[in-house]
Amino acid sequence: MHMADALVAPAVAGTMYVCSAAAAAWSVKKIRLDTDTKKIPVMGIMGAFVFAAQMINFTIPGTGSSGHLCGGMLLSAILGPYAGFLSMIGVLLIQGLLFADGGLLALGCNIWNMAFYGCFVGSLLIWKPMMRKGISRGKIITASVLGCVLTLQMGAFSVTLETLASGITDLPFGAFVATMQPIHLAIGLVEGLITAAVLLFVYEARPELLYCSSSAEAGEGKFSFRKTMAILAAAAVFTGGVLSLFASSSPDGLEWSIEKLTGSTEIEGAAGSLHQAAGALQEATSILPDYAFKGSESVMGTAVSGIIGAVVVVAVCVGVCSLLKHFRKRKQV
Amino acid sequence: MSKINNAIHEIHCMDTLSARDQWVNQIHPLVKLVLTIGYIVVLVSFQKYDVAGTAGMIVYPLSVFMLADLSVTDSLKRLRIVLPLVCLLGIFNPFFDKNYILVAGVRVSAGILSMITLILKGIFSVLASYLLIATTSIDKLCYAFRMLHIPKAIVTQFMLMYRYVTVLLEETDRITQAYMLRAPHQNGIHFRAWGSLAGQLLLRSIDRANEVYESMLLRGYQGDYRYLQDRIRLGKKDVLYLFLWIVILGLFRRYPVILIIGNLFGGAFL
Repeated sequence: MHMADALVAPAVAGTMYVCSAAAAAWSVKKIRLDTDTKKIPVMGIMGAFVFAAQMINFTIPGTGSSGHLCGGMLLSAILGPYAGFLSMIGVLLIQGLLFADGGLLALGCNIWNMAFYGCFVGSLLIWKPMMRKGISRGKIITASVLGCVLTLQMGAFSVTLETLASGITDLPFGAFVATMQPIHLAIGLVEGLITAAVLLFVYEARPELLYCSSSAEAGEGKFSFRKTMAILAAAAVFTGGVLSLFASSSPDGLEWSIEKLTGSTEIEGAAGSLHQAAGALQEATSILPDYAFKGSESVMGTAVSGIIGAVVVVAVCVGVCSLLKHFRKRKQV
Repeated sequence: MSKINNAIHEIHCMDTLSARDQWVNQIHPLVKLVLTIGYIVVLVSFQKYDVAGTAGMIVYPLSVFMLADLSVTDSLKRLRIVLPLVCLLGIFNPFFDKNYILVAGVRVSAGILSMITLILKGIFSVLASYLLIATTSIDKLCYAFRMLHIPKAIVTQFMLMYRYVTVLLEETDRITQAYMLRAPHQNGIHFRAWGSLAGQLLLRSIDRANEVYESMLLRGYQGDYRYLQDRIRLGKKDVLYLFLWIVILGLFRRYPVILIIGNLFGGAFL
């Protein structure tokens, strides 16, 4: 679910950086580092654990495929939402910088889509209210599966919105959502079960390690399970409303094609918009028309100019850099 | 080579590359970080049909590859994650973008242009990040993060995470190898062992975290961490390097340099 740099527009990336930075600043304030210096090494090594554990293939029974561990939910069930969130930032930074899974510009989006939902929604709105009156095996399984499924659905929906807001793909909103959500429903279910299995093992071996295992931790929250469910229901209704608005204002590609085939009055509008878009495209592509070759079609001329220009730029780059290297070597000798 | 071994190998490769005594490696880490982010922002800001403008952005990765004496083929491996994703999204553009242009009398979907732009953006952005990490060590990068006032809670735990990730990867590799030797012909970890296998690794990691913390306390750790032994000063060559790239990238963003040069040379030869 990692977003790549190429898939986000600067405005979207900037907005998501601001949102993620606000969540990070809040987390830094909440974990009270001044009084507990132990948290940083523990967070670092737990982040490294999540990174390493994500490399393990867990066989899914009855299928030929395998699943992976869900990092955000697991980290927040051990470290709590704030420390878990900060650790996930480290994991995403390592994935983006060292393994090109994500990117520097898309980091804000990835933090929001994976760390924020996984740690804040998963831990504060699901894990904590459920464990308020004591931890049990059933509660761990329910919280893990529900947490992973829900947070992955939210993350996948955010990916769709961010990609479309960036204007990267021409895939209609409905088709994009219909592709992303079911895939992540299945992934979330498997990841939830793996997370539950690991947390159950920890519960049996060392239950004191789990977040909310002490009454002090569990009592800190303000939300009861009922209130949480009410918030989630309200969020679902809101999301549904937003979705229906999107659906009604932007017909998808199939509807567009049907309208075109049946010859309804919508065709004029579509043709008009096509004409306008084509005009805009022509404006975008016919840069410096005076430079085009005489007697050639302008677009063809631009294309040839582009190819020649690219070759020359590459040649100049290589030449200048080779000269620089050559002079540096001579200087060293 | 297994996935875990691949990851360990890549981390070691990056460490080796960033420790080299190359000219680009000596540039101030803050300059390289700001330049990389700036480059990616400029790159993705090109319009989706502006293939020539986007193609012109090759100037930065190409030059730095040359100056830093890095192998392009090694870096291309990093595209294995991003490229399929970008192609998957871009491949729909020719089908859904109903606009078209005429090239030599042939109708070409404008979606093809946006697909090419998207792929170019994907490749160049990955290469830019690779150049940053291949010429800058994690310690120096953390130093630059702190200069940007990123909280020490994030930077220090990121650095510790990086230091211990190879240790935990090696441990994970040993555990999974031991499991596979006892359970041959299996594609992964059986669901009965899901909890115990990863759970054991988790408990060991927590114990290790406590040991690391105690060791740090013995060495005088009180919440502050020095990322580098000596402070790196921002020199004239760093400012000049940054300024030069701002001018070059600004020119490539503002003017269709590729087309202008192409027309000049094309006009002379054709």
